[in-house]
Amino acid sequence: MKVGVLALQGAFDRHAQELSLAGAAPLEIRGPKHLEDVDALIIPGGESTTILKLAESLGVRDLLSDQIRDGLPVLGTCAGMIVLSKAIIDGRDDQNPLGSIDIDVRRNGYGRQLASFEADLQIAGFETPFRGVFIRAPLVERAGKDVEVLASVEGNPVFCRQEKIMTTSFHPELVSDGRIHELFLELAFASS
Amino acid sequence: MAKDPFRMIFMNEAVRETGTQLVKRGLAEMLKGGVIMDVVDAEQARIAEDAGASAVMALERVPSDIRKDGGVARMSDPEMIEGIKSAVTIPVMAKARIGHFAEAQILQSLEVDYIDESEVLTPADETHHIDKWAFEVPFVCGATNLGEALRRISEGACLIRSKGEAGTGNIVEAVRHIRSITGDIRKITQADSAELFDWAKKLQSPLPLIQEISETGRLPVPIFCAGGIATPADASLVMQLGAESVFVGSGIFKSEDPAQRAQAIVEATTNFADADKLAKVSHGLGEAMPGLEIENLETRLSDRGW
Repeated sequence: MKVGVLALQGAFDRHAQELSLAGAAPLEIRGPKHLEDVDALIIPGGESTTILKLAESLGVRDLLSDQIRDGLPVLGTCAGMIVLSKAIIDGRDDQNPLGSIDIDVRRNGYGRQLASFEADLQIAGFETPFRGVFIRAPLVERAGKDVEVLASVEGNPVFCRQEKIMTTSFHPELVSDGRIHELFLELAFASS
Repeated sequence: MAKDPFRMIFMNEAVRETGTQLVKRGLAEMLKGGVIMDVVDAEQARIAEDAGASAVMALERVPSDIRKDGGVARMSDPEMIEGIKSAVTIPVMAKARIGHFAEAQILQSLEVDYIDESEVLTPADETHHIDKWAFEVPFVCGATNLGEALRRISEGACLIRSKGEAGTGNIVEAVRHIRSITGDIRKITQADSAELFDWAKKLQSPLPLIQEISETGRLPVPIFCAGGIATPADASLVMQLGAESVFVGSGIFKSEDPAQRAQAIVEATTNFADADKLAKVSHGLGEAMPGLEIENLETRLSDRGW
């Protein structure tokens, strides 16, 4: 199971650690040729403006978008969710997301760093709560009808799935609890 | 949300906890692999964001001007910080003087995303750094060696950067600081349990932090490099030495073509180990900022702090 972690900017090393613990082989993706032999991908948290800009200038954006459309399983956390969304509210005018999952997100929708928070999340299928860490987190303002909401905070979706695409507003890579990475790997490799 | 099969969870309102260590250190994790740029106004902030900066540091004068102008350097005018905050979508940091907790309180009230308790400004206290545990906003602090880094962490810093020698365009000091910190971490991972007590004494640092390093082989918080970075090659050098991100101060807006240089340093930081990419982004950047020899300096900023 080769799982790529988009390593343009952000908390990619923490995702790689979680993947190793879950028994997958993480690969850092910095250019188009790295994308060739991955079976699944994680887009980490970081700054979405930086990640989208580098994806464009380093020539990975189009390939990434095509591969996800063709069924590459992908998990996007925080900035990664923004990158995968259909529309960005309160972003920069020139910030075009990949449009892979049918959600609209508001950047820093939960506020600036002072409003960043932790909270226990009830996630479908988990026996005990999952500690969600929200850092200048994006708010899902709209989730389309094909999007399954796996967890919410105060009525807003924070964990979404559409086919083989998963997104979280929070950071599962920061809490030493591998259940979301395991769930993603199950989703990614269930049929193969 | 009418279709949501897990509607029942809405009845369990999540309890939000703000200002925790996880939340404060978490933002530092998100800034990894990126470039944090010093900016003095909204226009520079936009140029920085356009170039792919992962955060900006709002300050009135970049370090090379502070060095030139002399006098007391203080926290920036709140109006200028507000202007920069509203100009960009990325995190905004600002500097408080060492020990000046009132400046830090004001910066927290302005809702900056990170406070840099910085030796670039004139220190306000000769003995005490700010008690950073008392704040909900996270702090970054400079360090020249591991002992200093661990003292700052014990005071509540959530991110450590080298001090370098700000405003010189000379990387030699930052290299010394990063090598000293990472070198001592490597030695501590080889020490036996009895030797750790001696390390704590030698570094004048809390024993539990030394013991943590001996187990994990890394600082408890991310370590970034600051001070003297002027070229894409400088960024690559310090990243290869173990820095996880770079701060660039005067190096961008004191160069001939700031926008292009900013973008080149961002790309160099992502591809820090790829010499072909580094060669490509280093082409035709125009003049770098003028550099200064460390031994000719009147003021050594990195000597500030204890």
